[in-house]
Amino acid sequence: MEPGKKNASARGGIELVGVTKRFGDTVAVRNIDLKIPAGAYCCLLGPSGCGKTTILRMIAGHEQPTEGAVLIDGQNVLGAPPVARGTAMMFQSYALFPHLSCLDNVAFNLKVRGVGKAERHVRAAEMLARVHMREFAERLPAQLSGGQQQRIALARALITNPRVLLLDEPLSALDEFLRLQMRGELRRIQNEFGISFIHVTHTQMEAIALADMVVVMDQGHIEQAASARDVFDRPRTPYVARFLGGQNVLSGTVTDTGAGVVTIDSGGQRIRISAPDPAPAVGARFQVAVRRDRVRLQRPRGEPLGVNMVSGRVSAVEYQGFWLKITLEEASGEEFVVNQSDSTFFADPLEVGDEVVVQWQPEEVHYLTVGEQTGAARVAVGAH
Amino acid sequence: MAGASHKDYGKRPWTFYALAAFFTLFVLFLYGPMSAIYILSFQGPTGGLTFPMQGTSLHWFHALFAQERTGDFAGAFARSIVLALIVLTLTVAFSVLAGLAFRRRFPGSSLVFYLAVASLIMPGILVGLGVGLTFQLFEVQTRWYLSALGAQLTWTLPFGLLIMFAVLSRFNRAYEEAGRDLGASNWQIFWMVVVPIVLPGIIGVALFGFTLSYDEFPRSLLTAGAQNTLPMEIWGMTTNVTSPALYALGTVTTLVSFAVIALALGSIALIQRRRAQRVVPAGQAAAGPQA
Repeated sequence: MEPGKKNASARGGIELVGVTKRFGDTVAVRNIDLKIPAGAYCCLLGPSGCGKTTILRMIAGHEQPTEGAVLIDGQNVLGAPPVARGTAMMFQSYALFPHLSCLDNVAFNLKVRGVGKAERHVRAAEMLARVHMREFAERLPAQLSGGQQQRIALARALITNPRVLLLDEPLSALDEFLRLQMRGELRRIQNEFGISFIHVTHTQMEAIALADMVVVMDQGHIEQAASARDVFDRPRTPYVARFLGGQNVLSGTVTDTGAGVVTIDSGGQRIRISAPDPAPAVGARFQVAVRRDRVRLQRPRGEPLGVNMVSGRVSAVEYQGFWLKITLEEASGEEFVVNQSDSTFFADPLEVGDEVVVQWQPEEVHYLTVGEQTGAARVAVGAH
Repeated sequence: MAGASHKDYGKRPWTFYALAAFFTLFVLFLYGPMSAIYILSFQGPTGGLTFPMQGTSLHWFHALFAQERTGDFAGAFARSIVLALIVLTLTVAFSVLAGLAFRRRFPGSSLVFYLAVASLIMPGILVGLGVGLTFQLFEVQTRWYLSALGAQLTWTLPFGLLIMFAVLSRFNRAYEEAGRDLGASNWQIFWMVVVPIVLPGIIGVALFGFTLSYDEFPRSLLTAGAQNTLPMEIWGMTTNVTSPALYALGTVTTLVSFAVIALALGSIALIQRRRAQRVVPAGQAAAGPQA
């Protein structure tokens, strides 16, 4: 689904303009510009400490930016309290009030606005029904499981009729089974309410499964903000390629740029890639990504290594059900990871210690903006 | 953990018996003398300060409240209760607010904190002496509800503050943020979120404020003025009264202390039960959010 295809009445477009946040001497968020279309499901993805929660809290109004502006549906909301912004937040710990029943938790916003008891209970019960928690109205939060508490927290946030729902690591406290179930549920509710969801997570698969737009962050800045498919399949920087997983990042020096093809020397091996525009200069450092599942794994036939080939020894084999993760160690000590389908693998099973050769087509190599200087010539992605 | 050697819980190490014996001695030491006092307070009218009992009666309890024999016991008792209630109120109000304020580091917060808790380690009699002297200097009469109140607060306020630190250190600030997120004003957050959640801790502070004041002696001695509070009355009676009325006094004051503790624990239990009563009937308890 693309954000642009949402219905026209969607609310909750967000714009961050030159936003910086400092805590004392540390810079949590560094001069960020970001536009999230109305009605989008947006995931802020990054390791802990990358500033993603700080961005969420600045949109919510629980933190004030040191510099820059936050706009919601075109209005600058700096200084406005959360309810006036039309945002509602679901806290990582859920922060359900332990002394109030689920019904009173959900009715809290109505109560502080002075809505009478009978009316607010009716409306809270309706909201509970929308998250399938009607029969738990009289329970206390402590009497519910984690997944049930999350539904209550969701209902409590949605009853404020927000334009933007902010979710801080909403699925991290749940076990794997519930996590998958709630993931679908969040997406369903987002569609139903037609508002923007901004969801902070450090789990790559969660982000790409849910989001229309994934914002990959590192150390207070945005590495890439694009559709889920783009960040996974066409990562812009080595960092994104590594963090999303699924890619091997290789780097080397440009040796030739003739005829629309760039040749790179990477530790003595040659990699060819169709030249990006503008083409890099000979001698420049250049980084590329090769998808783990778009390579061919063979046993060596005694021939010298050609272009777009890597050789190594199998150091680990992990069975993943539909596929296998095979980790190779090259002679140089670098790692290269190959994902192979189970049918291909079991036709000729490899074992740890086997010598293998990996080969790929030039069109499977993806050019990366050099966003960093790495000491290692190539680094395999560790995750997944 | 000593591995698998202690799987048999039937055999206990010698340290168990040593510690059990020590604990038994402790209990005897704690309750033995007090039990003797409670029993002797029911001494018959002709009985004396020591065993054996000459029959049993409530004679000495009547004597206790008869002013001409034992001094102004009833008045001292009333003053002590009123004073303890005032101390309780002020201690709760100020230590809760100060505890909330101290969650944020403000300039000079450590200095303020050390100034506040320094009076905990100051000898009480010196605090009382200082307060008494100051009142004398400014030619103000020392009174139990004025100078003694102030002297006692130097003791109960830092105590309450330390309890609030412990209570609030476990208080998740996300509750306040959630309140703000849901549109509550600061005032509404305080009364509808913070106070209900930390209420058991506040009752603890109240209990401490009351009991510390109720049996405070050194800080009251030189500050209470012409009218005694109960601990001073008791002190006077131990030197003047040579009858089991003294023991009756011990029994009465112990009962009051127990009543206060029971009241505090009872109200905490009541809060918890009222919250637990919202449980739906057992039949629905097992059902998930959806089948």
